[in-house]
Amino acid sequence: MKYLDEYRDGDLARKLALEIHRLTTRPWNIMEVCGGQTHAIVKFGIDELLPKAITLIHGPGCPVCVTPLEMIDKALEIAAKPNVIFTSFGDMLRVPGSTTDLLSVKARGGDVRIVYSPLDAVKLAEQNPAREVVFFGVGFETTAPATAMAVYQAAQKGLKNFSMLISHVLVPPAIEALMSSPECRVQAFLAAGHVCTVMGYEEYPPLAAKYRVPIVVTGFEPLDILQGILMCVRQLESGRAEVENQYARSVRPEGNRPAQDLIRKVFKVVPRKWRGVGEIPQSGLGLNDEYAGFDAEKRFDLTSHTVEEPAECLSGLVLQGLKKPHECPAFGGKCTPEHPLGATMVSSEGACAAYYRYRRHHCSNG
Amino acid sequence: MTTSCPIPIQQYPHVLMAHGGGGRLMHQLLETVFGTAFSNPILDARHDAAQFAVPPGKLALTTDSYVVRPLFFPGGDIGSMAIHGTVNDLAMSGARPLYLSCGFIIEEGLPMETLWRVVCSMRDAAQRCGVQIITGDTKVVDKGKGDGLFINTSGIGVIEHPMNIAPQTVQPGDAVIVSGDLGRHGMAIMAVREGLQFESTIESDSAPVHEPVRALLKAGIEIHCLRDLTRGGLASALNEIAEAAGVRIAIEEKLIPVCEAVHAACEMLGLDPLQVANEGRFVAFMPAPAAEQALAIVREHEVAAGATRIGTVTDKGNPLVVLKSRIGANRILDMPSGEQLPRIC
Repeated sequence: MKYLDEYRDGDLARKLALEIHRLTTRPWNIMEVCGGQTHAIVKFGIDELLPKAITLIHGPGCPVCVTPLEMIDKALEIAAKPNVIFTSFGDMLRVPGSTTDLLSVKARGGDVRIVYSPLDAVKLAEQNPAREVVFFGVGFETTAPATAMAVYQAAQKGLKNFSMLISHVLVPPAIEALMSSPECRVQAFLAAGHVCTVMGYEEYPPLAAKYRVPIVVTGFEPLDILQGILMCVRQLESGRAEVENQYARSVRPEGNRPAQDLIRKVFKVVPRKWRGVGEIPQSGLGLNDEYAGFDAEKRFDLTSHTVEEPAECLSGLVLQGLKKPHECPAFGGKCTPEHPLGATMVSSEGACAAYYRYRRHHCSNG
Repeated sequence: MTTSCPIPIQQYPHVLMAHGGGGRLMHQLLETVFGTAFSNPILDARHDAAQFAVPPGKLALTTDSYVVRPLFFPGGDIGSMAIHGTVNDLAMSGARPLYLSCGFIIEEGLPMETLWRVVCSMRDAAQRCGVQIITGDTKVVDKGKGDGLFINTSGIGVIEHPMNIAPQTVQPGDAVIVSGDLGRHGMAIMAVREGLQFESTIESDSAPVHEPVRALLKAGIEIHCLRDLTRGGLASALNEIAEAAGVRIAIEEKLIPVCEAVHAACEMLGLDPLQVANEGRFVAFMPAPAAEQALAIVREHEVAAGATRIGTVTDKGNPLVVLKSRIGANRILDMPSGEQLPRIC
């Protein structure tokens, strides 16, 4: 397939891996920020091609994984209401809240529907004026413009029966939070290519300088990731800490300005709790005052939830790169994709699910 | 007759509860729709139970229920699928399909025209497969209590070969063959349901595969196992076989045929074509030396023209399916966990 196959070429992958082997003289810890990158690394076995000295740490960039438990519980509460059509991206449906998940709410009669775009939810609201249509707005900067556009359009159309449960999060504050932790072992970052397609990478040079870490904006195909790692290793081995762009075919330094304008028009930056990590200041998006009428939390007058994560789930440590999934005692036993204890197991982009799916037995070259 | 033949004159343009009530309306429906379309001597005898002579050899019996929305989709419909699916299940044991039963659960209000189109499609598919529909049942449920139409078919076939075609027969050294490109049925349905448009329409692969299987048997190929790749796709089938046989199966991603449009749709939605449903594809296991001949035989049939070898059974022990990725690294090919859900981004 055009624009994909050329980035999955086995010979080129081996050449890049050889170059990484040649340059690496000591151990380095590199974090890929985005869950899509984690998924590709494990699916294609990219880390198997790397020198043992290089450790890939799987970052917190799976929006499904970091959506806090209380937000899932709020979604479940709204979705179970009789006059509601609750819409969501597909992979949120299986995420467990404290007692159940959206698929089970649907099975018990809740009207829960998968949509591919938030704009489909707006259309549903137009088609069903007598019902409340709610969209579960989850994601990083990548999906924020589409969420913002849905709210904007709903306002333009004067829709009174549309609202959003919003749990949008931002990447740079999460990198800052990780780096400022004394336990942090990350020495370089592969920044998330699609987030940067929207936001650009002008926010990163101060982070690279402050924490002395190379940050390479990287794509999602095997050759992208290998090249991103190579660019990190080159910087690390030569003592540089700069921002570089591997994913130039999609990312411009300034990003997509109209998309950013739309995000700013609809949202304001708010503190946000991350599942497994805790609250990070200025790390989320919430509706600004002009659009506050579309806030589902206010519309449905939800009781405030405070929920404890299951103590045996180490997803917090996994999300911060402090543990590998298989180092968790519950991994593959008490915790599987069918019965996940934490969200890193439930989303296909979560590190635990990726390890379970592709790695739970040792694969030799048989 | 063809599918374009007109519906027999009906008083009612839609199916009513009374069409399942056991009275005159039901009798009319059975006679004019099902009796006309499926007519054969055994069915025409109108017994409560169909009677037929048992041919020599072992018998194979299978059943499957068909629920699909929309009822008509690019490349097929619920009617032809209900015939192909059951014929294919029989073929996977190496049986020659003989007779089918069919049960209809119809939602009140279904246009009679729609029912007739489905029934004609079943009749044509049964003719193509050389099977007869010899008994059946009809129920009508209240509006809103069904999804238009559900169909169950059961099938009886005769096994005329001495082999034990079963997962337990699979051995290290066996070649793994798929009969064509994967993922078309599942993606065709999803594209219609979700209004996704691609440069070319993805057509379901729904088709009977008993003929290539029969050709393999006729040529005396030592078949160890056959499995049709329906729900859960190749990933489910290989994992089930590895589990039942207690073997490790190694396949190569770059050898697995997936057409451009399916590949693109799966990439867009974050789905794995190896986990997507097919309705006219199967996987076959046989001793490696027989693989080339087997491929040549099945490729002569249009339904398996794209057959190709994708891997090998490597050893006994810890059941596992290992996939060599495009960049040359090995990973597990896992059984899908529940329904595949499209990703956020």
